[in-house]
Amino acid sequence: MISAAAQRGSAPNPNAFKTKLRADHISMVFGRGPDSVHVLDDISLEVDEGEFVCLLGPSGCGKSTMLNVVAGFLSPTRGQVRIDGELVSGPDRRRIFVFQERGVFPWLTVEGNIGFGLSALAESDRRQRVAHYVELVGLKGFEKAYPRELSGGMKQRVEVARALAVNPDMLFLDEPFGALDSITRLIMRVELLRIWGAERKTIVFVTHDIDEAVQLADRVIVMSARPARIQRIVDIDIPHPRDISSLKYLGLRDGILQAIGLAHKV
Amino acid sequence: MSPLLRVGSVARLSRLGSVAFVAVLLVVWHVAITLQESPILPGPLAVASGLIELFTQGLLLKYVVASLFRVTWGFLAAAVLAIPVGLTIGWYRRAEMAFNPLIQVLRPISPLAWIPIAILWFGVGDMAAIFLIFLASFLPLTVTAMNAVAGIPEVYLNAGRNFGLRPAHIVTRVLYPAVTPQLILGLRITIGIAWLVVVAAEMIAVNSGLGFLIVDARNAGNRYDLVVAGMVMIGLIGLLLDLGIRSLERIPSVSWGYSDD
Repeated sequence: MISAAAQRGSAPNPNAFKTKLRADHISMVFGRGPDSVHVLDDISLEVDEGEFVCLLGPSGCGKSTMLNVVAGFLSPTRGQVRIDGELVSGPDRRRIFVFQERGVFPWLTVEGNIGFGLSALAESDRRQRVAHYVELVGLKGFEKAYPRELSGGMKQRVEVARALAVNPDMLFLDEPFGALDSITRLIMRVELLRIWGAERKTIVFVTHDIDEAVQLADRVIVMSARPARIQRIVDIDIPHPRDISSLKYLGLRDGILQAIGLAHKV
Repeated sequence: MSPLLRVGSVARLSRLGSVAFVAVLLVVWHVAITLQESPILPGPLAVASGLIELFTQGLLLKYVVASLFRVTWGFLAAAVLAIPVGLTIGWYRRAEMAFNPLIQVLRPISPLAWIPIAILWFGVGDMAAIFLIFLASFLPLTVTAMNAVAGIPEVYLNAGRNFGLRPAHIVTRVLYPAVTPQLILGLRITIGIAWLVVVAAEMIAVNSGLGFLIVDARNAGNRYDLVVAGMVMIGLIGLLLDLGIRSLERIPSVSWGYSDD
């Protein structure tokens, strides 16, 4: 059976997909007067329902700011964000933001963290839901552990599970694997794609890692240095699992490298 | 030998070492006293017999209870008021800017400087001492709570908001657990200060307690054995108070605040 992502990849027809998120002419200026910093410059983008989009750009370019704007944590200086047609005016439990693993609450156990957003549920439902997500992210046996007893990768799984447990329809991930070692990072990408395949959330994923973007996303939105503009949008029409030594993969990767203005040789 | 056993025996060895060191100091003290001419300073044996004398008279227990009573009430009243006040001030940045100069001016004033005012308001008695301990504890606890709130990583608050927590639940489920380790640290430092202050307050403002014992023993015939006996009790109880609060730091939902990572 061919996955929805692959279908979209092989037959890119935007009209067949419902627009989930729509950002119109977003500009962001921090501060006033001569000290003000222009971070985002007139960014418009659309994300379809169930789509996996990467915002890619150099460190400090403002891609995290953009993610905070669409998640509702920051209000833009100009422009507006709509999700499902509704104006975004603040964070919402239907759209969960995954910070790097530092967002895990250190005073709660793995179970406590994953069940954090479920206090409205009855005890038995809650326990069942927590157990399901503990299993999904491969933390069985660590339910009673505190975050400081876990590795960086495990803490990151806790945070992803805590986000998924409230059954959101969108996930915002801000360089979620940036602090992990390269092997753990690769494993976490595979895990995230597996979970995305199972749960079909709309994902906006911020990264400065070109390989990460090309491995994960349906579409890569390449952003310029500050003030950030959209420099190019690249469709990654390769079905999962992706062969990262295929010519097509390498070609797309090279295209992005060139768009950013980096030579291929080191 | 298993590593666990070795760790256990090392700990036991170091505890044995500190006990031995105290024993050596006691011997040095004893020898030094017997070598000197003046009969006023007591040796460890005289102090021990002084402690026994106080105990058999029933004074020891009475004074210890009196001192602890004052510290408990002054300290508790300060904690109950200062923690919410400090958390509130820390939460609202503008309030912090408004209160900070006042706090910075009041902070360097030794609580002992308030003794005349305390006696003026409350007379010689328990209330004056409790008031002084309250004053001594209130500001450090307020400042601790303020800093603890200011130091909460933004991600915790954002995560709480993201999961749709109402403000009251942000306070109980994010803010409060996030500041608890810092608050315990503040309580520990403050109870140390309170215990210092109660001794000083009792020397002037009341007629009982360990501080009173020290002044009284000196005034009533230079009983320096009882003076040092009082000092020993103050040290031991101070140590126990500190250990008591420190044991809170081992609670799993709190201990994260003291690790290095």
